[in-house]
Amino acid sequence: MKYIIAIVQPHKLEEVKRALEEEEIHLMTVSTVLGQGRQKGRTQVYRGAKESGGLLKKVKFEIAVNEDFVERTISTITKTAQTGQIGDGKIFVLDLAEVVRVGSGERGGVAIN
Amino acid sequence: MNAGDTAWVMVCAALVFIMTPGVAFFYGGMARRKNVLSILTQCFAIICLVSLQWVLFGYSLSFGPDTGYGIIGGLDWIGLRGVGQEPSAVYGSTLPHLVFMIFQAMFAIITPALMVGAFAGRMKFSALILFTLLWLTFVYDPIAHWVWGSGSWLGGIGALDFAGGIVVHVSSGISALVVAILIGKRIGYERQSFAPHNLPITFLGGALLWLGWFGFNAGSALEAGGLAANAFVTTNTAAAAAGMAWALMEWKMDGAPTVLGIVSGVVAGLVAITPACGFVSVLSSIPIGLIAGIICYLAVTKLKPLLGYDDALDVFGVHGIGGIWGTLATGIFAAVAINSGGADGLLLGNAKLFFAQLIYLAICITYALGVTRILYKVVDALVGMRVDKQSELIGLDLTQHNESAYTVLE
Repeated sequence: MKYIIAIVQPHKLEEVKRALEEEEIHLMTVSTVLGQGRQKGRTQVYRGAKESGGLLKKVKFEIAVNEDFVERTISTITKTAQTGQIGDGKIFVLDLAEVVRVGSGERGGVAIN
Repeated sequence: MNAGDTAWVMVCAALVFIMTPGVAFFYGGMARRKNVLSILTQCFAIICLVSLQWVLFGYSLSFGPDTGYGIIGGLDWIGLRGVGQEPSAVYGSTLPHLVFMIFQAMFAIITPALMVGAFAGRMKFSALILFTLLWLTFVYDPIAHWVWGSGSWLGGIGALDFAGGIVVHVSSGISALVVAILIGKRIGYERQSFAPHNLPITFLGGALLWLGWFGFNAGSALEAGGLAANAFVTTNTAAAAAGMAWALMEWKMDGAPTVLGIVSGVVAGLVAITPACGFVSVLSSIPIGLIAGIICYLAVTKLKPLLGYDDALDVFGVHGIGGIWGTLATGIFAAVAINSGGADGLLLGNAKLFFAQLIYLAICITYALGVTRILYKVVDALVGMRVDKQSELIGLDLTQHNESAYTVLE
């Protein structure tokens, strides 16, 4: 089992979500986050006061998948979230030690399906 | 008594009332999220406090029959004794005296509320209450008496202030600067971000201010007639010119026009036209607004960093500078053709009015500077003005009011 964290551009949220669902990946947690990478922050100006390095809004997907879904998830996100510009985001893949479905107490790969 | 005038001024009193919640939104959006409720609470507390002060004794000090030296009104109208449904002999002869009184109450309410922006995020609530009461009694009431009260010692100078450029905006702007300097900078000033936390709220506040200002300025005619119409149109025109000017300035200097900029510019224009609105023509209100937008922009973005004071939400830069400019502009652009009770200004070849405006400004600024400084020291000695460091870092909403504006979890 893997835990996939994908940080993408906020305007790609709907597209990525739809593409994942088409690949039968329905379990996901999404949050709005702030961050910066190579794109750096954008300078904001309030009444002449420059606020440089303001963090940029991104959307974070957290997805738990069984092994046979890992590559599919990665390629789906990469394909749909790509714009070719810097700031498109990152995907992190982590080993997942355990999954428990709260409703039934089921554990492991079954709990993901 | 005139039904039209009475109805108009009562509606205007209600319009001026909504300006104080407007100020609260205007400042609240600019504050950080941990301090937004403290701004709102302070503004509503000021409405409550001043409403009571005004009917109990403030109105009498400001507008009551003079004590004989022209300095302050007497206590004849204390608790509104003799202020009833019949017109006053001196003010607003076509309205119930009560209507004039409550219209003026709204001006007394908004003036200390304007100052809240200068010391946002660091004043104790108890100190604010005490300071407001003292400031209103010892600064606002005398200045209102000098400029508008009958029998004032300054009456003979012949200066003009149609709707409170000096009484409301210069007095609050200057006093706010004094308090901002004495209370000191916010922790982290110039080292960390103080970006506004909710600009749509600031926009809403600016819109309420613009709306309410029609009552503020056009209502100051105290009649539903041509002069009110002149004040209404000059008010709108100056606001428009100033909003445009500020936005263009920042477009040129900072790269983009912003919502905070255009709203700030509109407020600066409204401030500047306040003393002039019933004395100048509509076309004169355009340069008054344009220049207000430019100089207030420069005061906020250049003068403040240069001098290094932390007037957090720019009360001095917008109300102080805008009010001073408007008072001088009245001396430049006023025309008897617009208001036979006024005078001609510099452009019509009369320098006397301009000098009268200068003298009024000098006296009121000196008085506000001096007395605000004393009142600050008194309140600081009695209850302490500034919250402790920990409370400031946590925010005033939690530490002064046990509330927070936005919940993260349900």
